[in-house]
Amino acid sequence: MDELILELKQKIVEALNLEDVKPEDIDENAALFGDGLGLDSIDALELIVLLDKTYGIRLADPKEGREIFRSIRTMAEYITKHRTK
Amino acid sequence: MKNRVYINGSCAISSQPTFEGDFLDNINENVQDNVLPVIEPNYRDYIAPPAIRRMSRAVKMGIVASKRALGEACLELPEAIAVGTGMGCVQDSEKFLRAVLDNEEQYLTPTAFIQSTHNTVAGQIALELQCKGANFTFVDGSTSFESALSDAAMQIELGDIRNALVGGVDENTPYCLEIYELDNIIKPRHEAPFSITDARSKGVVFSEGASFFVLSDERNEHTYAALADVDFRNDVPDTGVFIGDFLSRNNLDIDDIDLMLSGRNGNSEDLAGFDTAETLMRCTKLYYKHLSGDYFTASAFGFWVACNVLRSGHVPQLLKPVGTPSEEVRNVLIYNQFRGKGQSLILLQKV
Amino acid sequence: MQPIVVTAMGIISSIGNSVEENLYSLLEGKPQISRLDNLRSTLRDNIKVGEIKLSNSELAKRLGIDPRAEYSRTALLGIWAAKEAIAGLSADEVKSLGFVSASTVGGMDKTEQFFYEYKTNVEARRHIYTHNIGENTRMIADYFGIGGMVTAVSTACSSSANAIMVGTNLLRTGRLSQVLVGGSDALCKFTINGFNSLMILSDDACKPFDRNRKGLNLGEGAAYLLIETKENAVRHGRTVLAVLSGWGNTNEAYHQTASSAEGDGAAAAMAKAIDIASIAPHDIDYINAHGTATDNNDMSESVAIRRIFGNEVPDFSSTKAFTGHTLAAASSVEAVYSILSIRESVVFPSLNFENPIEETNLTPQTTLKHKPIRNVLSNSFGFGGNCSTLIFSKYEK
Repeated sequence: MDELILELKQKIVEALNLEDVKPEDIDENAALFGDGLGLDSIDALELIVLLDKTYGIRLADPKEGREIFRSIRTMAEYITKHRTK
Repeated sequence: MKNRVYINGSCAISSQPTFEGDFLDNINENVQDNVLPVIEPNYRDYIAPPAIRRMSRAVKMGIVASKRALGEACLELPEAIAVGTGMGCVQDSEKFLRAVLDNEEQYLTPTAFIQSTHNTVAGQIALELQCKGANFTFVDGSTSFESALSDAAMQIELGDIRNALVGGVDENTPYCLEIYELDNIIKPRHEAPFSITDARSKGVVFSEGASFFVLSDERNEHTYAALADVDFRNDVPDTGVFIGDFLSRNNLDIDDIDLMLSGRNGNSEDLAGFDTAETLMRCTKLYYKHLSGDYFTASAFGFWVACNVLRSGHVPQLLKPVGTPSEEVRNVLIYNQFRGKGQSLILLQKV
Repeated sequence: MQPIVVTAMGIISSIGNSVEENLYSLLEGKPQISRLDNLRSTLRDNIKVGEIKLSNSELAKRLGIDPRAEYSRTALLGIWAAKEAIAGLSADEVKSLGFVSASTVGGMDKTEQFFYEYKTNVEARRHIYTHNIGENTRMIADYFGIGGMVTAVSTACSSSANAIMVGTNLLRTGRLSQVLVGGSDALCKFTINGFNSLMILSDDACKPFDRNRKGLNLGEGAAYLLIETKENAVRHGRTVLAVLSGWGNTNEAYHQTASSAEGDGAAAAMAKAIDIASIAPHDIDYINAHGTATDNNDMSESVAIRRIFGNEVPDFSSTKAFTGHTLAAASSVEAVYSILSIRESVVFPSLNFENPIEETNLTPQTTLKHKPIRNVLSNSFGFGGNCSTLIFSKYEK
């Protein structure tokens, strides 16, 4: 799980162009949207593609992302359970 | 009675150090390169990190040039925004197109697509300034900036608005430059050294940049000049008639023009137009594309040059004047075109 | 202020190749939303579109253009619609005519076809320069020899409404006496995949303003209006189709793509247009809504409509279920429909609607309704915060 969390941090920094953020500085329990990292709805769509492309998880409705993308940890838990690659 | 239009603030980001320092300080005429790289300001001094992370160069240049021009005009919030861009947000368009083609339409993320739309620069400026007024983007080749300038000026003339932010912006990508060279839009490297007066071959020395201005119906201590008129045509059968009509609708004769700023660019396809216009005008001619290179919105850089000449009353030798400038410069005519199309005229007056 | 009037129009969309064909489809309730036939895309079976079934070579042939010239589809559709709009002008009038055209993609259809070939395929290189939107406008202008001021506007899905406004400025300042205004956009892989990546494309026919709407159908088309001052139209004895009585362009400055939940930008654009038209909200007889059938737009637009019209919302509909969302052409396509609604005294139906959105409880007009129409308000909103509204009014001599 820790390995996946680190991997996710790296991928998110890269995918979302978080130029000033170092992966190790992200708190895996902090909110990704709103206050925490300050991500928005466009980032959510980027994360949906990240799930699909890297882990073979396809979300049909962007609204499903709300729960999954609460934090890096919730993402990692969801991926562990549902990944197909 | 129509309102008069003044230029109260300006900022140019170009291949010269025009962003820092005074008008045409530390200029370096580059005759060796067929593409002149833009000297970029430190964007982070002007844009906050969360906002900047997705912005392409065109957006960043546009926002920074806007903020600087507004600061100079002492205007916090313009009533309208009009932006001209010949090619739009090429960087993101190309990124998204490559993703579509390379992945056979799979695994596409929306960020580049969203930012590929041509109104991204004007939209992001509005978002950054929280400007909710009229917002226009013109994408009309070499007359993109003139279109934006003309529309904003009309809105002020009509009294719809009292001031506006107007700009021209273009960015390049390596692939875009490569194919433009293949299509003879950019001169081949081996023809260096380049000169705007040498039009033996097709193409231009290319570049990019952003030049933004604040127009207002009110003059103040920062006012550069008055914008008297703008006109442009897709196709001009007779450049002499085009200029003659333009001057007469402004109640001027050829000899009333004190300076002509010519967009001469060394492109053989443009030679006839520039020759005709420059021969017709008996005043002193000035040039700017040897400094800025050419691109679809290079005339916005020319507009910046003319504004500065009018306010300072001084003609720098760097503009390669042909003829002796008259003692007092009152009327300046800017003429431009590209590939024989999109001919434009701008009339600026001393205030 | 000198009234601005519309004296001719031209259109091509998935529901017809002329003004009268479009009217027929609207009156008969015949949409044209189908699978992609002309364009090859791996998304073919996942989406439905308002595609014009004439191929590029058929369009070129019928326009007398050498098919080998390979004009972009945007230019071909634009020429088609412009031809109908200016059919009544003399050669001299065309020479002094202005032209303001809108597009979002320009020559993208050719670019996506040849993008990687330019280094080896010398023939294909002519599409490099004609990719730019301005060049597509010039191709249309050159086909007819339009000699006045020509320019191109690109403000996403509100583009042609803004082109129309630029045209009115050219008339109001006296710079031109007649100007052709509107827009053209062709379907291409770039746009389809862009909207698909935003997850806002419907796999079925779109359902504007329905509680269970699933997204939009993209479409393609072109439409142009010939506008001039009333004085000019009367002097030349032209038939006036409608008055362009109000316009409003605002930027919501809220988000790069999304509209606010409060519908601020949309409400401001409508209020501005109503103010310029010097009428009150209750004078509006029909709203031709933007109504793309995305979650975000229809909610935001509904809230904005409620804010402007309160409990007395006029008959409204979205015609996008007929044509799909024609992007830069949408405002001018719907301007044609707005003018037809005045001419024919009808409200066109909003198709596929079942249940209203709970929060706003607005029900569009779902069947063809006959009634006198004096003022039509037409909305168009786009990425980048662009919100535009036009008002067309019945011409009284």
